[in-house]
Amino acid sequence: MNNKERIIYFISLHRTGLWVIVLSLILLLYPLFEQNPYTLGLTNLIAINAIVVLGLNLFIGYSGQISLGHAAFFGLGAYGSAVATVYFSVPAWPALILVAALVSLVALVIGIPILRLSGHYLAMATLGMNFVFHTILLQWDEVTGGPSGFAGIPSLTIGSFAFDNEVRLHYLIWSVTLLCLLLCLNLVRSGVGRGMAALAGDEVAAAALGVNTRQTKVKVFVLSAVLASVAGSLFAHTYTFISPDSFDIFVATDFVIMVVVGGMGSIWGSLFGAGLISMLPEWMDLFQTYKDFVHGAILVLVLMFLPQGLVTGLIDNARIRLALRKRHHAEH
Amino acid sequence: MLNIDKISKNFGGLPALSDVSFDVQKGRLTALIGPNGAGKSTLINCITGVLMPSAGHIRFENTEIAGQPTHKISRIGIARTFQNLKIFPRLSVLDNVLTGLTCEGGDSMLMAMMRLPYLRHRERQLKLRAMAALDRFQLTGKASWPAGILAYGDKKRLELARATVGNPQLLLLDEPVAGLNSEETAAVGHQLKQLRSSGHTMLLVEHDMDLVMDIADSVVVLDSGRCIAVGTPDEIRTNPLVLEAYLGRIEATA
Repeated sequence: MNNKERIIYFISLHRTGLWVIVLSLILLLYPLFEQNPYTLGLTNLIAINAIVVLGLNLFIGYSGQISLGHAAFFGLGAYGSAVATVYFSVPAWPALILVAALVSLVALVIGIPILRLSGHYLAMATLGMNFVFHTILLQWDEVTGGPSGFAGIPSLTIGSFAFDNEVRLHYLIWSVTLLCLLLCLNLVRSGVGRGMAALAGDEVAAAALGVNTRQTKVKVFVLSAVLASVAGSLFAHTYTFISPDSFDIFVATDFVIMVVVGGMGSIWGSLFGAGLISMLPEWMDLFQTYKDFVHGAILVLVLMFLPQGLVTGLIDNARIRLALRKRHHAEH
Repeated sequence: MLNIDKISKNFGGLPALSDVSFDVQKGRLTALIGPNGAGKSTLINCITGVLMPSAGHIRFENTEIAGQPTHKISRIGIARTFQNLKIFPRLSVLDNVLTGLTCEGGDSMLMAMMRLPYLRHRERQLKLRAMAALDRFQLTGKASWPAGILAYGDKKRLELARATVGNPQLLLLDEPVAGLNSEETAAVGHQLKQLRSSGHTMLLVEHDMDLVMDIADSVVVLDSGRCIAVGTPDEIRTNPLVLEAYLGRIEATA
């Protein structure tokens, strides 16, 4: 290796850490430049969605599975926190952790049987799960408030410091999101992460390389459910009001669209996908009315032209071009 | 080392293997040959736990492995390559080799998410070993390439690198030279010889007779799901049953 290669190697070795630091700095300073509570509320929503999408991308993008039911785990987190804090007066932070633990059990119990399925069947099963959950939210109105929603959820506090305005929430939510980002980045760069990538590539090959395929699927499913639940709890405490519509199957498919648009198997792409899809309605008034059409069209276009997703697809194309050029040079 | 004992496998009453028995000796290269449809792939799939044998025993170092799940069999030290290449095209060449060390990277998702110092240290060790494996198979310069763009011969070598990087006790090779030209075949043959002299035990499924006769220590011949001969390459070459299985069929179709 000559010096130039060494420098490139050093940067490429630490590029992940460098990017995380850059992003943290930008987010730290962001409220100094942007004081509009509406805009901050929007970026907070992006952060909450990003937590769900990070987990879902581990499951869909990295491990090659599919779930059209993660709005259910998102909703379990939100309603779980709401019920625990309002009815049982559990402090918000322990409630968040308790609910996440319960959701992990629910995901385990659901995951073990349905992860024997794959492809379309798994998609249908998870879709059905979300549908059942949404129906329960609508019908069990003594607990959930039914279609009119659940109001009066307390804000998160640390001591007497309440996270009750957009700037405070910005720091809180983005801290959690960055923590999740970091954990996910670590995971995919580990041996476990390579096992997941092998699983996505070819199940028989993965098993032959020593990956316990069934267990890995269940573990990743549970992990993604826990992340969705944490995001749901944050969602409930941020808005102090929740209603079943935030957790229906269209929200579940929106999460999948965020994964696909951002990039299958790209942790950074998850942030991008969550950002883009959450922002789109703000950019176009018309978009609100025809939201489902536009989301569908985006999904179809991305899958047709960049099946790995926008970010991953473009990066993959660039990597392949670069390597092909190198190969070309090596041959001449 | 590996003891195949009266293995039978039926697919819906149709026998694919019946009463196949042979041993794979430690440190030797055993070749498994036979005409198409003889049951070679079925046997490999039984050994690796992809299929469950209908009857019989498969023992590895005196431990019964028939019917065990694939990942457990892999973890006790049986690695394999695939006839129809199963590399991961989107991963880099280096990452492909690293997947061969999956079981050594640690299992705990929580630990992996913390990226504790001991894991980082282990990760570095694994990378060094993977680079050494790439070096053995002349792929060092292509470590960062997406594996999908490698030439066919390189992909075959990548599979070998991935299968051998964990230093398996037994290596199952499913047609490692299928589709290669004679020059590349000779190179792979040379590499297999090197692997054997470094102490690897191998079971080689192959159609290329010249290669088999050149490098195998012993040869097992399957025909229509039965084991019809076991012996050294010279014995096999002159065995009338083997000649009939191969040549008889040619005469019949000619």
